[in-house]
Amino acid sequence: MSKPTAGDETRTMVLRILSEIAPEADTASLQPDVSFRDQLDLDSMDFLNFVVALHKEFHLEIPEADYPHYMTLNGCLARLSAARS
Amino acid sequence: MAEFLMPTLGADMTEGTLVQWKKRAGDRITKGDIIAEVDTEKAAIDVEAHATGIIERLISRPGDKVPVGTVMAIIREEGRPTTSIASPQTIATPPAPPPPVPRTEDIPVATTQPGRVRISPAARKLAAERGIDAGQLQGTGPEGAITLEDVERATVTTAEGAKPVSGTDRQARMRQTIAAAMARSKRDIPHYYLSTTIDMGRAISWLTETNEQRPVTERLLYGVLLIKAVALALRRVPELNALWKDGEAGRSERIHIGTAISLRQGGLVAPALHDADRLSLSELMQHFQDLVKRARAGSLRSSELSDPTITVTSLGEQGVETVFGVIYPPQVALVGFGKVVERPWVADGLVVARPVLIASLSADHRVSDGHRGGVFLAEIDRLLQEPQSL
Repeated sequence: MSKPTAGDETRTMVLRILSEIAPEADTASLQPDVSFRDQLDLDSMDFLNFVVALHKEFHLEIPEADYPHYMTLNGCLARLSAARS
Repeated sequence: MAEFLMPTLGADMTEGTLVQWKKRAGDRITKGDIIAEVDTEKAAIDVEAHATGIIERLISRPGDKVPVGTVMAIIREEGRPTTSIASPQTIATPPAPPPPVPRTEDIPVATTQPGRVRISPAARKLAAERGIDAGQLQGTGPEGAITLEDVERATVTTAEGAKPVSGTDRQARMRQTIAAAMARSKRDIPHYYLSTTIDMGRAISWLTETNEQRPVTERLLYGVLLIKAVALALRRVPELNALWKDGEAGRSERIHIGTAISLRQGGLVAPALHDADRLSLSELMQHFQDLVKRARAGSLRSSELSDPTITVTSLGEQGVETVFGVIYPPQVALVGFGKVVERPWVADGLVVARPVLIASLSADHRVSDGHRGGVFLAEIDRLLQEPQSL
Protein backbone atom coordinates (compact mmCIF):
# COMPACT_ATOMS: atom_id res chain seq x y z
CA MET A 1 0.00 0.00 0.00
CA SER A 2 1.33 3.39 -0.91
CA LYS A 3 1.31 6.22 1.60
CA PRO A 4 -1.55 8.64 1.20
CA THR A 5 -0.43 11.73 -0.69
CA ALA A 6 -1.48 15.33 -0.21
CA GLY A 7 -3.69 14.87 -3.28
CA ASP A 8 -5.51 11.95 -1.64
CA GLU A 9 -6.15 13.99 1.47
CA THR A 10 -7.51 16.88 -0.58
CA ARG A 11 -9.79 14.53 -2.47
CA THR A 12 -11.06 12.96 0.74
CA MET A 13 -11.74 16.39 2.19
CA VAL A 14 -13.61 17.60 -0.92
CA LEU A 15 -15.75 14.45 -0.90
CA ARG A 16 -16.48 14.89 2.80
CA ILE A 17 -17.67 18.47 2.21
CA LEU A 18 -19.87 17.26 -0.65
CA SER A 19 -21.40 14.51 1.45
CA GLU A 20 -22.30 17.06 4.11
CA ILE A 21 -24.13 19.11 1.50
CA ALA A 22 -25.76 16.09 -0.18
CA PRO A 23 -25.91 13.49 2.63
CA GLU A 24 -27.76 10.92 0.55
CA ALA A 25 -25.26 11.01 -2.31
CA ASP A 26 -22.78 8.24 -2.99
CA THR A 27 -19.73 10.44 -3.40
CA ALA A 28 -17.45 7.44 -3.92
CA SER A 29 -18.94 6.81 -7.36
CA LEU A 30 -18.77 10.43 -8.45
CA GLN A 31 -17.65 10.93 -12.05
CA PRO A 32 -14.71 13.32 -11.78
CA ASP A 33 -15.38 15.32 -14.94
CA VAL A 34 -19.15 15.66 -14.72
CA SER A 35 -20.49 18.69 -12.86
CA PHE A 36 -21.59 18.27 -9.23
CA ARG A 37 -24.78 20.07 -10.11
CA ASP A 38 -25.77 17.35 -12.60
CA GLN A 39 -24.70 14.42 -10.47
CA LEU A 40 -25.72 15.57 -7.02
CA ASP A 41 -28.61 17.86 -7.90
CA LEU A 42 -26.92 20.83 -6.25
CA ASP A 43 -28.63 24.19 -6.52
CA SER A 44 -26.96 27.60 -6.30
CA MET A 45 -27.30 27.66 -2.51
CA ASP A 46 -25.67 24.23 -2.21
CA PHE A 47 -22.88 25.30 -4.51
CA LEU A 48 -22.29 28.49 -2.53
CA ASN A 49 -22.12 26.43 0.67
CA PHE A 50 -19.63 24.13 -1.03
CA VAL A 51 -17.39 27.04 -2.03
CA VAL A 52 -17.65 28.54 1.46
CA ALA A 53 -16.61 25.19 2.96
CA LEU A 54 -13.63 24.94 0.58
CA HIS A 55 -12.66 28.48 1.55
CA LYS A 56 -12.75 27.62 5.25
CA GLU A 57 -11.03 24.27 4.91
CA PHE A 58 -8.24 25.28 2.52
CA HIS A 59 -7.94 28.98 3.49
CA LEU A 60 -8.42 29.94 -0.09
CA GLU A 61 -9.96 33.04 -1.63
CA ILE A 62 -12.34 31.95 -4.39
CA PRO A 63 -13.61 34.86 -6.47
CA GLU A 64 -17.02 34.39 -8.05
CA ALA A 65 -15.42 34.50 -11.49
CA ASP A 66 -13.55 31.30 -10.61
CA TYR A 67 -16.68 29.33 -9.66
CA PRO A 68 -16.82 27.43 -12.99
CA HIS A 69 -13.48 25.80 -12.15
CA TYR A 70 -14.93 24.31 -8.99
CA MET A 71 -17.93 22.65 -10.57
CA THR A 72 -16.34 19.22 -11.11
CA LEU A 73 -14.18 17.07 -8.86
CA ASN A 74 -11.18 17.17 -11.20
CA GLY A 75 -11.57 20.92 -11.67
CA CYS A 76 -11.60 21.39 -7.91
CA LEU A 77 -8.58 19.20 -7.28
CA ALA A 78 -6.59 20.97 -10.00
CA ARG A 79 -7.33 24.36 -8.48
CA LEU A 80 -6.64 23.25 -4.94
CA SER A 81 -3.35 21.64 -5.87
CA ALA A 82 -2.30 24.71 -7.87
CA ALA A 83 -3.12 26.91 -4.88
CA ARG A 84 -1.00 24.75 -2.61
CA SER A 85 2.14 24.73 -4.80
CA MET B 1 -52.86 30.34 32.53
CA ALA B 2 -52.03 29.68 28.90
CA GLU B 3 -52.57 26.47 27.05
CA PHE B 4 -49.85 25.27 24.75
CA LEU B 5 -51.66 23.68 21.81
CA MET B 6 -50.55 21.50 18.95
CA PRO B 7 -50.10 24.21 16.32
CA THR B 8 -51.11 23.93 12.71
CA LEU B 9 -47.93 23.91 10.68
CA GLY B 10 -49.39 23.77 7.22
CA ALA B 11 -52.66 24.11 5.37
CA ASP B 12 -53.75 20.52 5.80
CA MET B 13 -52.00 19.33 8.89
CA THR B 14 -54.43 17.49 11.16
CA GLU B 15 -52.09 16.04 13.75
CA GLY B 16 -48.47 15.87 14.77
CA THR B 17 -46.37 13.45 16.78
CA LEU B 18 -44.56 14.78 19.83
CA VAL B 19 -40.94 13.69 19.42
CA GLN B 20 -39.59 15.22 22.59
CA TRP B 21 -40.07 18.01 25.09
CA LYS B 22 -37.21 20.51 25.16
CA LYS B 23 -38.28 21.90 28.54
CA ARG B 24 -39.40 20.43 31.82
CA ALA B 25 -42.30 21.27 34.07
CA GLY B 26 -41.19 24.15 36.27
CA ASP B 27 -38.92 25.66 33.60
CA ARG B 28 -39.23 29.35 32.93
CA ILE B 29 -39.83 30.08 29.26
CA THR B 30 -39.98 33.18 27.13
CA LYS B 31 -42.24 33.65 24.16
CA GLY B 32 -40.40 32.25 21.14
CA ASP B 33 -38.40 29.66 23.09
CA ILE B 34 -38.44 26.22 21.56
CA ILE B 35 -40.30 23.94 23.91
CA ALA B 36 -41.05 20.85 21.86
CA GLU B 37 -40.04 18.97 18.76
CA VAL B 38 -43.00 17.76 16.72
CA ASP B 39 -42.92 15.46 13.73
CA THR B 40 -45.30 16.21 10.87
CA GLU B 41 -45.80 14.65 7.47
CA LYS B 42 -43.26 17.08 6.13
CA ALA B 43 -40.51 17.43 8.68
CA ALA B 44 -39.58 17.54 12.32
CA ILE B 45 -40.42 21.02 13.59
CA ASP B 46 -39.16 22.99 16.58
CA VAL B 47 -42.29 24.36 18.18
CA GLU B 48 -42.01 27.74 19.88
CA ALA B 49 -43.83 28.94 22.97
CA HIS B 50 -46.39 31.68 22.38
CA ALA B 51 -46.43 32.85 26.01
CA THR B 52 -43.91 33.81 28.68
CA GLY B 53 -44.09 32.13 32.06
CA ILE B 54 -43.47 28.88 33.87
CA ILE B 55 -44.38 25.48 32.50
CA GLU B 56 -46.98 24.21 34.90
CA ARG B 57 -47.54 20.83 33.41
CA LEU B 58 -46.57 18.76 30.38
CA ILE B 59 -49.55 16.76 29.21
CA SER B 60 -48.61 15.07 25.94
CA ARG B 61 -45.99 12.38 26.02
CA PRO B 62 -43.26 11.74 23.48
CA GLY B 63 -44.63 9.40 20.83
CA ASP B 64 -48.20 10.68 21.21
CA LYS B 65 -50.05 11.54 18.03
CA VAL B 66 -51.73 14.81 18.92
CA PRO B 67 -54.55 16.40 16.87
CA VAL B 68 -54.11 20.08 15.94
CA GLY B 69 -55.55 22.35 18.65
CA THR B 70 -55.14 19.83 21.47
CA VAL B 71 -53.68 21.09 24.74
CA MET B 72 -50.15 19.70 25.08
CA ALA B 73 -48.98 21.67 28.10
CA ILE B 74 -50.09 24.34 30.53
CA ILE B 75 -48.06 27.50 30.97
CA ARG B 76 -48.52 29.73 34.02
CA GLU B 77 -48.10 33.21 32.66
CA GLU B 78 -45.90 35.73 34.37
CA GLY B 79 -47.52 37.50 37.31
CA ARG B 80 -50.63 35.31 37.40
CA PRO B 81 -51.21 32.91 40.23
CA THR B 82 -51.80 29.26 39.50
CA THR B 83 -55.35 29.42 40.69
CA SER B 84 -56.51 32.46 38.77
CA ILE B 85 -58.78 30.51 36.48
CA ALA B 86 -59.61 27.28 38.21
CA SER B 87 -60.20 28.66 41.68
CA PRO B 88 -63.18 26.68 43.05
CA GLN B 89 -64.71 29.72 44.79
CA THR B 90 -65.36 31.42 41.49
CA ILE B 91 -67.08 28.45 39.94
CA ALA B 92 -70.73 28.02 40.83
CA THR B 93 -71.16 24.48 39.61
CA PRO B 94 -68.82 21.80 40.86
CA PRO B 95 -65.84 21.70 38.61
CA ALA B 96 -65.40 18.67 36.44
CA PRO B 97 -62.66 16.38 37.64
CA PRO B 98 -59.40 17.24 35.96
CA PRO B 99 -58.53 15.04 33.02
CA PRO B 100 -56.20 12.21 33.88
CA VAL B 101 -52.76 13.58 33.40
CA PRO B 102 -49.64 11.48 33.60
CA ARG B 103 -47.39 12.52 36.42
CA THR B 104 -44.99 15.11 35.19
CA GLU B 105 -41.93 13.25 36.33
CA ASP B 106 -42.91 10.31 34.15
CA ILE B 107 -42.58 12.37 31.02
CA PRO B 108 -39.16 12.01 29.52
CA VAL B 109 -37.43 15.21 28.55
CA ALA B 110 -34.40 15.42 26.30
CA THR B 111 -31.75 15.50 28.96
CA THR B 112 -28.50 15.90 27.13
CA GLN B 113 -28.02 18.86 24.85
CA PRO B 114 -31.12 20.76 23.86
CA GLY B 115 -30.15 20.10 20.22
CA ARG B 116 -31.86 17.42 18.22
CA VAL B 117 -30.48 14.13 17.10
CA ARG B 118 -28.04 14.84 14.31
CA ILE B 119 -29.23 12.69 11.44
CA SER B 120 -29.28 13.03 7.68
CA PRO B 121 -32.75 13.34 6.13
CA ALA B 122 -32.25 10.07 4.26
CA ALA B 123 -31.30 8.27 7.46
CA ARG B 124 -34.22 9.82 9.31
CA LYS B 125 -36.59 8.59 6.63
CA LEU B 126 -35.19 5.09 6.63
CA ALA B 127 -35.30 4.94 10.41
CA ALA B 128 -38.96 5.99 10.35
CA GLU B 129 -39.77 3.41 7.70
CA ARG B 130 -38.18 0.68 9.71
CA GLY B 131 -39.57 1.78 13.01
CA ILE B 132 -36.17 2.47 14.50
CA ASP B 133 -35.77 5.11 17.21
CA ALA B 134 -32.96 7.26 15.80
CA GLY B 135 -32.33 8.68 19.26
CA GLN B 136 -31.01 5.31 20.37
CA LEU B 137 -28.44 5.00 17.60
CA GLN B 138 -24.77 5.78 17.77
CA GLY B 139 -23.89 8.08 14.86
CA THR B 140 -20.65 7.58 12.94
CA GLY B 141 -20.98 10.56 10.59
CA PRO B 142 -19.51 14.05 10.98
CA GLU B 143 -19.92 15.31 14.58
CA GLY B 144 -21.63 12.08 15.50
CA ALA B 145 -24.41 12.44 12.93
CA ILE B 146 -26.41 9.32 12.20
CA THR B 147 -25.91 8.18 8.62
CA LEU B 148 -27.81 5.80 6.36
CA GLU B 149 -25.27 3.11 7.18
CA ASP B 150 -25.91 3.48 10.90
CA VAL B 151 -29.60 2.89 10.31
CA GLU B 152 -28.86 -0.05 8.01
CA ARG B 153 -26.69 -1.57 10.71
CA ALA B 154 -29.34 -1.02 13.33
CA THR B 155 -31.87 -2.69 11.04
CA VAL B 156 -29.71 -5.78 10.84
CA THR B 157 -29.17 -5.93 14.58
CA THR B 158 -32.83 -5.41 15.43
CA ALA B 159 -34.28 -7.38 12.53
CA GLU B 160 -35.41 -10.20 14.79
CA GLY B 161 -37.65 -8.08 16.93
CA ALA B 162 -38.49 -4.94 14.98
CA LYS B 163 -41.34 -4.96 12.53
CA PRO B 164 -41.19 -2.56 9.63
CA VAL B 165 -43.80 0.13 10.12
CA SER B 166 -46.02 0.21 7.09
CA GLY B 167 -47.76 3.34 5.87
CA THR B 168 -45.29 5.67 7.50
CA ASP B 169 -43.23 6.43 4.45
CA ARG B 170 -42.66 10.12 4.95
CA GLN B 171 -42.38 10.84 1.26
CA ALA B 172 -45.72 9.25 0.51
CA ARG B 173 -47.26 11.17 3.40
CA MET B 174 -45.66 14.41 2.26
CA ARG B 175 -47.10 13.84 -1.19
CA GLN B 176 -50.53 13.33 0.35
CA THR B 177 -50.19 16.52 2.37
CA ILE B 178 -49.16 18.54 -0.65
CA ALA B 179 -51.96 16.94 -2.67
CA ALA B 180 -54.55 17.86 -0.04
CA ALA B 181 -53.38 21.48 0.17
CA MET B 182 -53.18 21.89 -3.59
CA ALA B 183 -56.55 20.20 -4.21
CA ARG B 184 -58.08 22.56 -1.68
CA SER B 185 -56.39 25.49 -3.40
CA LYS B 186 -57.66 24.50 -6.85
CA ARG B 187 -61.12 23.77 -5.50
CA ASP B 188 -61.59 26.92 -3.42
CA ILE B 189 -59.41 29.62 -4.95
CA PRO B 190 -60.37 31.20 -8.28
CA HIS B 191 -56.85 31.76 -9.55
CA TYR B 192 -55.84 34.26 -12.16
CA TYR B 193 -52.36 34.29 -13.69
CA LEU B 194 -50.17 37.09 -15.00
CA SER B 195 -46.58 37.21 -16.14
CA THR B 196 -44.04 39.72 -17.25
CA THR B 197 -40.51 39.55 -18.62
CA ILE B 198 -37.97 41.50 -16.60
CA ASP B 199 -34.61 42.75 -17.84
CA MET B 200 -32.16 41.51 -15.22
CA GLY B 201 -29.08 43.17 -16.74
CA ARG B 202 -28.73 45.89 -14.11
CA ALA B 203 -29.49 43.59 -11.20
CA ILE B 204 -26.94 41.00 -12.30
CA SER B 205 -24.19 43.54 -13.04
CA TRP B 206 -24.78 45.14 -9.67
CA LEU B 207 -24.67 41.75 -7.98
CA THR B 208 -21.44 40.75 -9.74
CA GLU B 209 -19.77 44.00 -8.69
CA THR B 210 -21.05 43.68 -5.14
CA ASN B 211 -19.92 40.08 -4.81
CA GLU B 212 -16.47 40.93 -6.18
CA GLN B 213 -15.93 43.09 -3.12
CA ARG B 214 -17.24 40.57 -0.64
CA PRO B 215 -15.54 37.55 0.84
CA VAL B 216 -17.16 34.28 -0.16
CA THR B 217 -18.91 34.01 3.20
CA GLU B 218 -20.82 37.24 2.59
CA ARG B 219 -21.82 36.92 -1.05
CA LEU B 220 -25.39 37.26 -2.20
CA LEU B 221 -27.44 35.01 -4.46
CA TYR B 222 -29.69 36.76 -6.96
CA GLY B 223 -32.66 34.94 -5.44
CA VAL B 224 -32.34 37.26 -2.46
CA LEU B 225 -32.81 40.30 -4.71
CA LEU B 226 -36.01 38.72 -6.03
CA ILE B 227 -37.35 38.05 -2.54
CA LYS B 228 -36.59 41.59 -1.42
CA ALA B 229 -38.21 43.06 -4.53
CA VAL B 230 -41.36 41.02 -3.86
CA ALA B 231 -41.41 42.15 -0.23
CA LEU B 232 -41.08 45.82 -1.12
CA ALA B 233 -43.63 45.58 -3.95
CA LEU B 234 -46.15 44.19 -1.46
CA ARG B 235 -46.05 47.49 0.42
CA ARG B 236 -47.49 49.07 -2.70
CA VAL B 237 -50.10 46.33 -3.32
CA PRO B 238 -50.81 45.14 0.22
CA GLU B 239 -53.98 43.22 -0.66
CA LEU B 240 -51.78 40.43 -2.02
CA ASN B 241 -50.14 40.06 1.39
CA ALA B 242 -53.12 38.55 3.14
CA LEU B 243 -54.62 35.38 4.55
CA TRP B 244 -58.10 34.11 3.68
CA LYS B 245 -60.07 33.31 6.79
CA ASP B 246 -63.78 32.85 7.45
CA GLY B 247 -64.86 34.04 4.05
CA GLU B 248 -62.72 37.14 3.83
CA ALA B 249 -59.15 38.22 3.31
CA GLY B 250 -57.32 39.67 6.28
CA ARG B 251 -54.38 41.82 5.28
CA SER B 252 -51.19 41.17 7.15
CA GLU B 253 -49.30 44.13 8.58
CA ARG B 254 -46.06 42.20 8.42
CA ILE B 255 -44.53 40.70 5.31
CA HIS B 256 -43.40 37.11 5.80
CA ILE B 257 -42.25 35.62 2.53
CA GLY B 258 -42.78 31.86 2.29
CA THR B 259 -39.84 30.56 0.29
CA ALA B 260 -40.37 27.30 -1.56
CA ILE B 261 -37.43 25.02 -0.79
CA SER B 262 -37.17 21.64 -2.47
CA LEU B 263 -35.99 18.84 -0.22
CA ARG B 264 -33.30 16.53 -1.42
CA GLN B 265 -35.46 13.45 -0.96
CA GLY B 266 -38.35 14.96 -2.93
CA GLY B 267 -41.18 17.13 -1.78
CA LEU B 268 -40.96 20.72 -0.67
CA VAL B 269 -41.57 23.10 2.19
CA ALA B 270 -42.18 26.84 2.08
CA PRO B 271 -41.10 28.33 5.41
CA ALA B 272 -41.23 32.07 6.05
CA LEU B 273 -38.52 34.68 5.89
CA HIS B 274 -39.96 36.98 8.51
CA ASP B 275 -40.25 40.73 7.87
CA ALA B 276 -38.41 40.37 4.58
CA ASP B 277 -39.21 43.98 3.62
CA ARG B 278 -37.31 45.31 6.62
CA LEU B 279 -34.14 43.24 6.28
CA SER B 280 -31.08 44.39 4.34
CA LEU B 281 -29.98 42.15 1.49
CA SER B 282 -27.12 40.82 3.63
CA GLU B 283 -29.46 40.00 6.50
CA LEU B 284 -31.93 38.43 4.14
CA MET B 285 -29.17 36.30 2.63
CA GLN B 286 -28.08 35.07 6.06
CA HIS B 287 -31.64 34.21 7.03
CA PHE B 288 -32.25 32.53 3.69
CA GLN B 289 -29.08 30.44 3.97
CA ASP B 290 -30.01 29.40 7.47
CA LEU B 291 -33.58 28.59 6.44
CA VAL B 292 -32.54 26.36 3.52
CA LYS B 293 -30.03 24.57 5.72
CA ARG B 294 -32.58 23.93 8.45
CA ALA B 295 -35.34 22.99 6.02
CA ARG B 296 -33.11 20.30 4.56
CA ALA B 297 -31.88 19.14 7.94
CA GLY B 298 -35.48 18.93 9.16
CA SER B 299 -35.24 21.55 11.88
CA LEU B 300 -37.65 24.31 11.04
CA ARG B 301 -39.46 26.38 13.65
CA SER B 302 -43.20 26.31 14.02
CA SER B 303 -43.63 30.02 13.30
CA GLU B 304 -41.75 29.68 10.04
CA LEU B 305 -44.23 27.12 8.78
CA SER B 306 -47.39 28.61 10.14
CA ASP B 307 -47.16 32.27 9.23
CA PRO B 308 -46.00 32.99 5.67
CA THR B 309 -48.20 35.68 4.14
CA ILE B 310 -47.28 34.98 0.50
CA THR B 311 -45.08 32.41 -1.24
CA VAL B 312 -42.22 32.90 -3.69
CA THR B 313 -41.10 29.96 -5.79
CA SER B 314 -38.04 30.09 -7.98
CA LEU B 315 -37.69 27.20 -10.40
CA GLY B 316 -34.95 28.65 -12.58
CA GLU B 317 -32.42 26.21 -11.18
CA GLN B 318 -34.17 23.44 -13.06
CA GLY B 319 -34.09 25.40 -16.29
CA VAL B 320 -37.76 26.33 -16.17
CA GLU B 321 -38.61 29.65 -17.78
CA THR B 322 -42.14 30.24 -16.52
CA VAL B 323 -43.89 29.16 -13.34
CA PHE B 324 -47.68 28.75 -13.25
CA GLY B 325 -48.06 28.55 -9.51
CA VAL B 326 -50.76 27.12 -7.29
CA ILE B 327 -51.54 29.36 -4.31
CA TYR B 328 -50.80 27.87 -0.92
CA PRO B 329 -53.95 28.35 1.19
CA PRO B 330 -54.80 30.38 3.20
CA GLN B 331 -52.51 32.76 1.31
CA VAL B 332 -53.96 34.70 -1.59
CA ALA B 333 -50.99 35.03 -3.94
CA LEU B 334 -47.87 33.28 -5.15
CA VAL B 335 -44.99 34.73 -7.13
CA GLY B 336 -42.99 32.49 -9.47
CA PHE B 337 -39.60 33.17 -11.02
CA GLY B 338 -38.07 31.25 -13.89
CA LYS B 339 -34.52 30.99 -15.12
CA VAL B 340 -32.43 33.97 -16.13
CA VAL B 341 -31.80 33.51 -19.86
CA GLU B 342 -30.08 35.61 -22.51
CA ARG B 343 -32.63 36.85 -25.03
CA PRO B 344 -32.75 39.50 -27.74
CA TRP B 345 -34.09 42.65 -26.10
CA VAL B 346 -34.81 46.08 -27.48
CA ALA B 347 -33.15 48.85 -25.48
CA ASP B 348 -32.90 52.43 -26.74
CA GLY B 349 -34.03 51.32 -30.19
CA LEU B 350 -31.34 48.67 -30.52
CA VAL B 351 -31.65 44.91 -30.32
CA VAL B 352 -29.20 43.66 -27.73
CA ALA B 353 -28.67 40.40 -25.85
CA ARG B 354 -29.89 40.81 -22.29
CA PRO B 355 -30.34 38.44 -19.35
CA VAL B 356 -34.10 38.29 -18.77
CA LEU B 357 -36.37 36.56 -16.32
CA ILE B 358 -40.08 35.80 -16.40
CA ALA B 359 -41.90 36.71 -13.21
CA SER B 360 -45.39 35.34 -12.76
CA LEU B 361 -48.17 35.98 -10.32
CA SER B 362 -50.93 33.57 -9.34
CA ALA B 363 -53.50 35.43 -7.33
CA ASP B 364 -56.89 34.89 -5.74
CA HIS B 365 -59.67 36.64 -7.67
CA ARG B 366 -61.78 36.86 -4.54
CA VAL B 367 -59.21 39.29 -3.19
CA SER B 368 -57.63 41.15 -6.10
CA ASP B 369 -58.05 41.79 -9.80
CA GLY B 370 -55.70 41.57 -12.73
CA HIS B 371 -55.15 45.31 -12.73
CA ARG B 372 -53.70 45.29 -9.21
CA GLY B 373 -51.75 42.15 -9.99
CA GLY B 374 -50.26 43.96 -12.96
CA VAL B 375 -49.30 46.95 -10.79
CA PHE B 376 -47.57 44.53 -8.44
CA LEU B 377 -45.50 42.82 -11.17
CA ALA B 378 -44.59 46.21 -12.66
CA GLU B 379 -43.40 47.33 -9.22
CA ILE B 380 -41.19 44.24 -8.90
CA ASP B 381 -39.73 45.08 -12.32
CA ARG B 382 -39.13 48.71 -11.33
CA LEU B 383 -37.41 47.70 -8.08
CA LEU B 384 -35.11 45.26 -9.88
CA GLN B 385 -33.95 48.09 -12.16
CA GLU B 386 -32.59 49.86 -9.07
CA PRO B 387 -30.82 47.01 -7.31
CA GLN B 388 -28.69 49.36 -5.22
CA SER B 389 -31.83 50.59 -3.45
CA LEU B 390 -33.12 47.15 -2.56
